Amino acid sequence: MHTAFAFITGPGLLWAGLLFGIIFGMLLHRGGVTDYHVIVNQFLFRDFTVLKVMLTAIVVGGVGIFILHGHQLANFHIKSATMLAVVLGALLFGIGMVIYGYCPGTGIAAIGTGKLDALAGFFGMIAGAGAYAVSYDWIAANILPVADLGKKRLPQLFGGPEWVWYAGLALMALVVFTLVNRFHRHPIGCCTQG
Amino acid sequence: MISPTSLSPIKTHRWNPYLVGALIGVLSILTFSLADKPIGISTGIAQAAGACAVPVMGAEGVAANTYWAKKAVPAWDYGSLFVVGSFLGALISSLMSRSFKVETVPTVWRDRFGPSVAKRLTAAFLGGVVIIFGARLADGCTSGHGISGSLQLAVSSWTFFLVMFASGIATAFVIFRRRRA
Repeated sequence: MHTAFAFITGPGLLWAGLLFGIIFGMLLHRGGVTDYHVIVNQFLFRDFTVLKVMLTAIVVGGVGIFILHGHQLANFHIKSATMLAVVLGALLFGIGMVIYGYCPGTGIAAIGTGKLDALAGFFGMIAGAGAYAVSYDWIAANILPVADLGKKRLPQLFGGPEWVWYAGLALMALVVFTLVNRFHRHPIGCCTQG
Repeated sequence: MISPTSLSPIKTHRWNPYLVGALIGVLSILTFSLADKPIGISTGIAQAAGACAVPVMGAEGVAANTYWAKKAVPAWDYGSLFVVGSFLGALISSLMSRSFKVETVPTVWRDRFGPSVAKRLTAAFLGGVVIIFGARLADGCTSGHGISGSLQLAVSSWTFFLVMFASGIATAFVIFRRRRA
């Protein structure tokens, strides 16, 4: 559905992609998540920057887009809950994220801040994406159809009014922030904060 | 939270994580409402892989691949330019805050695995292979699922978020268990 504010179309989308990407890269760097130590210490419960950035983005963006969607000013873009593929993919992703030390987005941004290991990982990502493309036909036939719930949202799967879900999300974020700010251990490595 | 060494936000490398998160949330609102696009990175990397595969497989070979033909077409579009922008944005930001620094072996890695550059670059390469294969299998990464999908309350994205974090925690504790306190 075309929404009223979605005036960026056609070739303008190229510039919009570049501009929004630049803002995103700046924010990732300013947030500190382009730093290997911040990522690894998150998984060791010694630095909660990643969780703070992500949950705040989810609550602010979520409430905003929920309101816009309610006024037909934004479309949802839901990815299929192909549960076997999502679970296997997420397991691999967690392992890769700790060894690489970045996620795909923060890795790209970290290259911009001068991290050569992030660049090596980028070449790995090119190779890995190539491997996926080559194995796609087999995966599409054998993995993706297993436990495919479709493009479902949590309120559709579990019921309950939409606003309760968003209120619950905001409350959960506040509880998590309160807990992690009490539970503070020194990060390993250097110069991390948050 | 903001470093007291400079009062100028442009020159201050680290901003408050809640502020950064809120701004990424606002950026999501803009991309959804103005361009009808979510924030995402890993599809753009798969598009780049398609472009890199042309010299290896030939243009026909890449065009004949189902994934590159339908899911991640190797071309300049919103998604692939978003990836380029993310690189440029971090470059600009690190230069403006004077925190750009060429570095190969992070301290945490060196404390655990030693100063070998070859070892770190090999591990980063292999980690990159694994992370993007996972991201493509799950159809999203920390951006596309973790932020854009989670904020829409997508079942796939919350599953990804929870399983990815559990897997990362288990891996980190196995790998960095013998850390120095």
